[in-house]
Amino acid sequence: MTAKPKVGVYICHCGINIASTVDVETVEEYAQKLPNVKVARTYSYMCSEPGQVLIKEDIKEQGLNRIVVASCSPRMHEPTFRKAIQEAGLNPYFLEMANIREQCSWVHEDTGEATEKAKKLITASVAKVRLLEALESKEVDAEPAALVIGAGIAGIQAALDIADAGFKTYLVEKTPSVGGRMAQLDKTFPTLDCSACILTPKMVDCASHPNIELLSYSEVEEVGGYIGNFDVKVRKKARYVDFDKCTGCGDCASECRVADRFPSEFDQGMGKRSAIYLPFPQAVPAKYTIDPESCLYLSRGKCGKSPKCQEVCGAGAINFEQEDEFVEFKVGAIIVATGFDPFDASRKPEYGYDDYPNVITGMEMERLVSASGPTGGKVLISNGEEEIEPKEVAFIKCVGSRDESVGNEYCSRVCCMYTAKQAHLIREKLPDANIRIYYMDVRAFGKGYEEFYDRVRRENVRYIRGNPSEIFKRGNKLVVKAEDTLTSTPLEDEVDMVVLGVGLEPRADMRKMMDLLRLSQSPDRFFLEAHPKLRPVDTATDGVFLAGCCQGPKDIPDTVAQAKGAASSALIPLARGKVTIDAQVAEVNETTCRGCGFCVEICPYSAIEMVTVNQFGHEVEVARVNEALCKGCGSCSAACLSDSIQPKSFRDRQILPQIAALGAMK
Amino acid sequence: MSTESQTFTEKYDLLGCIQCGRCTGGCPVTVRADLNVRQFVNDAYDEDKLGQLARLAEIWDCTACHTCAVRCPKGLKPLEVLIGLRSMIVESGKVEPTVRDALQSVLLEGNPWEKPRATRQDWMEGLDVKIAEPGVHVENLFFVCCTNAYDPRVQVTAKNLVKLLNKAGVDYAFLPEDESCCGSEVFTLGEEGLFEMTVEDNTEYLNEFKADRMVTLSPHCFTTYNTHFPDLKNPVIHYTQLMDELIQEGKLAWKGELAKKIVYHDPCYLGKQSGIFDEPRRVLKSIPGVELLEFERSRERSLCCEGGGGKMWVESESKKERLAETRIKDAKELGADIVAAACPFCVLTLEDAMKTLGYEEEMRVAEIMELLGEFTEA
Ligand SMILES: Cc1cc2nc3c(=O)[nH]c(=O)nc-3n(C[C@H](O)[C@H](O)[C@H](O)COP(=O)(O)OP(=O)(O)OC[C@H]3O[C@@H](n4cnc5c(N)ncnc54)[C@H](O)[C@@H]3O)c2cc1C
Ligand code: SF4
Ligand code: SF4
Ligand code: SF4
Ligand code: SF4
Ligand code: SF4
Repeated sequence: MTAKPKVGVYICHCGINIASTVDVETVEEYAQKLPNVKVARTYSYMCSEPGQVLIKEDIKEQGLNRIVVASCSPRMHEPTFRKAIQEAGLNPYFLEMANIREQCSWVHEDTGEATEKAKKLITASVAKVRLLEALESKEVDAEPAALVIGAGIAGIQAALDIADAGFKTYLVEKTPSVGGRMAQLDKTFPTLDCSACILTPKMVDCASHPNIELLSYSEVEEVGGYIGNFDVKVRKKARYVDFDKCTGCGDCASECRVADRFPSEFDQGMGKRSAIYLPFPQAVPAKYTIDPESCLYLSRGKCGKSPKCQEVCGAGAINFEQEDEFVEFKVGAIIVATGFDPFDASRKPEYGYDDYPNVITGMEMERLVSASGPTGGKVLISNGEEEIEPKEVAFIKCVGSRDESVGNEYCSRVCCMYTAKQAHLIREKLPDANIRIYYMDVRAFGKGYEEFYDRVRRENVRYIRGNPSEIFKRGNKLVVKAEDTLTSTPLEDEVDMVVLGVGLEPRADMRKMMDLLRLSQSPDRFFLEAHPKLRPVDTATDGVFLAGCCQGPKDIPDTVAQAKGAASSALIPLARGKVTIDAQVAEVNETTCRGCGFCVEICPYSAIEMVTVNQFGHEVEVARVNEALCKGCGSCSAACLSDSIQPKSFRDRQILPQIAALGAMK
Repeated sequence: MSTESQTFTEKYDLLGCIQCGRCTGGCPVTVRADLNVRQFVNDAYDEDKLGQLARLAEIWDCTACHTCAVRCPKGLKPLEVLIGLRSMIVESGKVEPTVRDALQSVLLEGNPWEKPRATRQDWMEGLDVKIAEPGVHVENLFFVCCTNAYDPRVQVTAKNLVKLLNKAGVDYAFLPEDESCCGSEVFTLGEEGLFEMTVEDNTEYLNEFKADRMVTLSPHCFTTYNTHFPDLKNPVIHYTQLMDELIQEGKLAWKGELAKKIVYHDPCYLGKQSGIFDEPRRVLKSIPGVELLEFERSRERSLCCEGGGGKMWVESESKKERLAETRIKDAKELGADIVAAACPFCVLTLEDAMKTLGYEEEMRVAEIMELLGEFTEA
């Protein structure tokens, strides 16, 4: 230790947050007498400009070289005070915060006891601050490129923004086409723009943008590295069609020996596709793909005398020898935009979704009313006996949402509005139909939403307050068993068609993404953001951001807004070209390290690896910390039997005196 | 129990209710009775009104089918609010004499049928039945159920079971005659004190027996043990699960064939409440010649027969068609020769309905075990 410690202690009132419970003057007097303390002061708001000036002037005038701020949790203001003391010429890590708000004034009522506790916390901080060492944060270069995973509207928008800012963007989409769920929608609430009309231009843009490399029908296999320097490996699945040769003419699909035999994923199984297919007419890229499971040649080794598609493809694009390819690249930031799964209505067997063809989901309804859908936009449905145009139509909201019996407590936020939209679309097509919507609450919170709901009601769409309990068949009618709760009338409502307003669920395959990128889930099982209000697009992994429904249910306006937010966050390291690496990371004492590797196992961020070094002429294995990955959590330190790995600023010799100070005080 | 200090609102989590109406919407008795269970969940919040609510006749129309509880999105058990109101009446002593006698009989004789305990095992006469002894391990310990033990119509379930178990060489034993009522109907009739006592006594009694599992004959015992007896040591299963197992393992063989159309009625306590749908169907389907039909309202959407919830002792005031009659008519329309059930109450109510409708000549109501007894051998 160079200079003798001269400590300044700054006790914050936090308005009355602290001062009404803690007697700050008594604490100030007490602190002045602590060993090595040169100055102790109180102030109404330490984080304010004058508060910071107070500290800076003392540093200069009194020659302070260590600072303790007794105020709130370090989460919010540690960076504030670090910056302040740095401006006054001190190393920013010569700071210690005593949390006398969250850990003291907010949780205690008795002033006497709270004051005593504040004293203890400050004593402990003073004990530690004297032992802190000067640390330097480092900067490393950031790769000026981004990876966006998932090409629904969220991923498309994020990729376009980053690419427009001038950075290379890799857009990886699992299915053969970009577009996501929005591509399946007919019109969109509340303005009723045609979904394809507003989405298709963006889909085309992201395929033709000079800065975007679109990797469709691909999946991310490996991600290594850290913010600014991620190493990514992507598997491009074999389409069995030569991407460059295929002209998208579609001769193959119409001539395919099993043409129009398989349920089309895009049409929610209501329409059919061939084994070689384009998911939908506006698909981007407009390149055909062979589904190996339905293709006769690929699944059974034989398709007539020779594969029909091969015979008819004038471009010679069919290539059964094609294999999965791998591409590897480096990026500085990653955006996850993998979207959602619609709730599987089979999980509510009381609604008979598996039994009755005229009980359909909202997603299926989108296809049914779409001009490009399986019925060409005519509302026609089978009642089990014949195809009919329904006269009596019922919607049920909150299917699979707000329902603990299926484990989904949350509201899906779009089904109130999309049922209203679909009711409107049916009203347009079937002016004489009797349409009712069974609801528990109507949540019309967005811009123009309440107005839209109002309009739909006035188009003679009846809203019945009650969530139906059961659907069964009587004759050729469906009976919706419900209660009109506003009149306390149990109902057996006979209808021709029921639309289940299914909610949004986290994707069933999200686990893979979590493992790849070390993401976690919030209680609703969607991806967890770093802070629900202040860091809504960040994750616990630096450099990895969230956009769209993978973070929670949302409509298109919110999805796009979040995608733009994620893009701007991802652009920060790319535009700076550098990322700062925190200095409070773990450090290994290579002479005492036994090379056991316990720390490697325990580190939650995979930040430690074993390396071979030469010590006194012997080759030995020791642990080495990747400072860019280390979060300074200290897990390794707890695991190490020889105390050889310790986070800086949290070394034993720094925190044991702090703990001792707490214990010694009575 | 701590229930003493809890208010009605706390005990039944009334504040958790969002008044969605799924409970009443699903309630099967709304088509014939004035019961609106959601309204009760709403109104019971007002403690001053409880006395008035408890006097409403419709609280006795609930069959405890539990549809309301299964459908509730917030995890409430709306029917228990009705049971709570029933218990106020039971406590005041102003119950129907039939109910009073049934409860008294459970207390004194361990069964609600006003039969002496000493005759609980009369059904075993002429059969070679293995009887369990405390502390002596057995694979399958059988709990017969008061109704199966005493009611001459359904005793056949237990009798046939014994014959099959003996033939198939299953390691089993029935509980001795000090077996007592599981309390299912005591609970639903609202005799809280007696039910608490039943839980304590039966837990202590049943835990004296060592078994891999306890096999129940009635879905009511099955579900009651699984939901209200947290301290039982032996896992509890229903006999249809065991039969299914024996058939899969090839331990039962068929003699002759049953060239009949059978429709299976899901008992609420077995299906809706406990999720046992496939085993009874597999068992029936395995009988050679059987054509298994399905009700439109089956499995999770099965229609209650109105046998539970203490309804054996309380007659509904409604003059509208009984649900069991609706069920039998549906079966007739399907062209079923046999309506099969795996519950003594279902058999009694459905058979009664069949007789009322005058279908005895062309149709039959049968316990699954009845059919198995006629067409299997080990
Ligand atoms: C029936 C229905 C109607 C709706 N109507 C409207 C409306 O009218 N107006 C409105 O504003 N909102 C509406 N919505 C909501 C709208 O669909 C969503 O807001 C929007 O689709 C969210 O977009 P996204 O990009 O987050 O997710 P998605 O659309 O789900 O896109 C995610 C994309 O990521 C891809 N992906 C997933 N996992 C991976 C992986 N591991 N690797 C690579 N790619 C992957 C998927 O294939 C998909 O292309 C509706 C929703 C439903 C269910
Ligand atoms: S026939 Fe050939 S070029 Fe035409 S869409 Fe099919 S694969 Fe492409
Ligand atoms: S948005 Fe509306 S329909 Fe969807 S879960 Fe929320 S309240 Fe229910
Ligand atoms: S401090 Fe935490 S993140 Fe850093 S190396 Fe140790 S265990 Fe890993
Ligand atoms: S189903 Fe549950 S939440 Fe809905 S009204 Fe009934 S008790 Fe309340
Ligand atoms: S248990 Fe059955 S009969 Fe009783 S209130 Fe609930 S749904 Fe109705």
